[in-house]
Amino acid sequence: MISTIDFKKPDSLGFYGGFGGAFVPELLRQNLTSLEEAFREAKQDDAFHSSFQRLLKDYVGRPSPLYFSNYLSETYGAKIYLKREDLNHTGSHKINNALGQILLAQRMQKRQIIAETGAGQHGVATATACALLNMECIVFMGEKDMERQAPNVQRMRMLGAKVIAATSGSKTLKDATNEAIRYWINHPDAYYLIGSVVGPHPYPEMVAYFQSVISHEIQTQLLAAEGTETPSKVIACVGGGSNAAGAFHHFYDSSAQLIAVEAAGMGVDTGQSAATSALGVNGVLHGSMTLLMQDDDGQVVEPYSISAGLDYPGIGPEHAHAILSQRTKAINITDTEAVAAAFELTRNEGIIPALESAHAIAALKKTKFQPDEIVVVNLSGRGDKDMSTYIKHHESIS
Amino acid sequence: MNPFRKNHKQLSIFVTAGYPELNSLPDQIGYLEQRGVDFIEVGVPFSDPMADGPTIQKSSEIALKNGMTVSLLFDQIALVNAKVPLIIMSYFNPILHFGIERFLKRCQEARVSHVIVPDISLEVYEKLYRSDFEQYGVTLCFLITPRTSSSRVEKMSQLSSNGFLYLVSSNMTTGNTGKSLRVSDEELSRIRSAAGDTPLMIGFGIKTKADVAEVHRKADGAIIGSAYIKALAEGKSEDFISSVLAPEPQNP
Repeated sequence: MISTIDFKKPDSLGFYGGFGGAFVPELLRQNLTSLEEAFREAKQDDAFHSSFQRLLKDYVGRPSPLYFSNYLSETYGAKIYLKREDLNHTGSHKINNALGQILLAQRMQKRQIIAETGAGQHGVATATACALLNMECIVFMGEKDMERQAPNVQRMRMLGAKVIAATSGSKTLKDATNEAIRYWINHPDAYYLIGSVVGPHPYPEMVAYFQSVISHEIQTQLLAAEGTETPSKVIACVGGGSNAAGAFHHFYDSSAQLIAVEAAGMGVDTGQSAATSALGVNGVLHGSMTLLMQDDDGQVVEPYSISAGLDYPGIGPEHAHAILSQRTKAINITDTEAVAAAFELTRNEGIIPALESAHAIAALKKTKFQPDEIVVVNLSGRGDKDMSTYIKHHESIS
Repeated sequence: MNPFRKNHKQLSIFVTAGYPELNSLPDQIGYLEQRGVDFIEVGVPFSDPMADGPTIQKSSEIALKNGMTVSLLFDQIALVNAKVPLIIMSYFNPILHFGIERFLKRCQEARVSHVIVPDISLEVYEKLYRSDFEQYGVTLCFLITPRTSSSRVEKMSQLSSNGFLYLVSSNMTTGNTGKSLRVSDEELSRIRSAAGDTPLMIGFGIKTKADVAEVHRKADGAIIGSAYIKALAEGKSEDFISSVLAPEPQNP
């Protein structure tokens, strides 16, 4: 029997069960040690918490609503709520972590912030936080992603960030992360603001901590709406898994079933997929042991999904551990199913979800419910950035 | 018996296995050995080499395109019967996927007694892998930096005492430009004293004869990687080896 505490807090070396740790060159050891110390101190500091809470409330607009969806509830036969992270400032849950970490960077008297981004949501959140606190910001983004997500590149630049194209390897998120790590090795005074529950310890724990506000709010909001703080199911999409980590955090030690939705891309067995827990085996990438998509020789495989936020070859170590120990159930959704779910939600609720979040909505169709059960779907982001994909799809069906 | 020695001014060259051609390795080892290089680091190409600069990234990418694998590397090493020590340098994932025990067993069979795995930390090694390495008589040579504390250097030097410590000349990825040896004399003497009897080799950013000479005045050996790979790419590897092996100029 695995203690539930394992999913929320890793051991002293950063392991969640067999996953996590810090697999980094000695060059980064001192940086990670300083970061961990600063994080432990900040967690004990009331002034840090009140600064963070104030920004979440007045700047981000939290708490984000927990919206009861009549349409989804009637269609799928359960009481279905949407946690509206899409209504946050900058349009996704990413801002929660960016603000938490930027306050930490400020405590550590850092002046330069670096970040990696895939779809650009974390890059925009980081550039926003840097503009707010007047810090220098450098965002690494795969050359291919810069083309696919051009509006977010413009937003970052308008916010004052320098966007550097990652031209190595496959030129996507994985390579942007490599470039950010290399820059950090060469510039150890910079603060590396990782956007998901991935990377070496203490990042997975820290990012989950800053995102845990999501499940904390769900508890309070459900108690008011339903008289219980525990839903029977929580559903969230997983690339690296930061929104899922936040949505699951306070429910690990409850009766709630946790459902992680991965991107199947064209289909799990097509070779064009990002369903890491179905296709990955134990491996080390970007400083942590996790489930990793790789070939027969241990070379990392480039994943595919229509969603640039879900095409990561690994998964947060917390999720790898929770999935393998059957605390979290992993399912996967194809591109086609995700786009259909996005249109269904848009036409019936007037909410255009991000492609990532559309995967979580699509999971409703694949899940069986009891009529009275309470289900929370984490709507992690809004769909503005995905308009070109949606328009293309809309034109092809009309 | 440690094949690496204190105060012996050794020179090592790093090659990427499978580069420039899939089967280049045996000839390269033979050539470098014949030219008098003291030991050779053989790099396993990896898709995501986070501590490497553009030169070694590129050579890894080409080696992977050529079809290089861990298994093939051992087959190629078996062909050469090298007299100088061969050290395998690999990121951890290719080893993990190959199987740690299987990898160490192949090292033992190939008489490779030393490996460098930049992304295995001291703590993780002690907790998870030390017993495997010791069982097969393979020494992990730790990377240290000018910022590594003396107590860590001491621990690492004990674990690497049958090999050497690899001092990264400053906080940077491989092949970085600029001044090659940025570690101060004070830092170096602190590290040397913490390293005790374990030889200290310096690498990352070593490019020229002058760099090698400076390292030899301060440590036990110099390791050249990117500069050699770059010379290989330009078809100038023989000239390059001649230049770094040349006697030290009188007025540097």
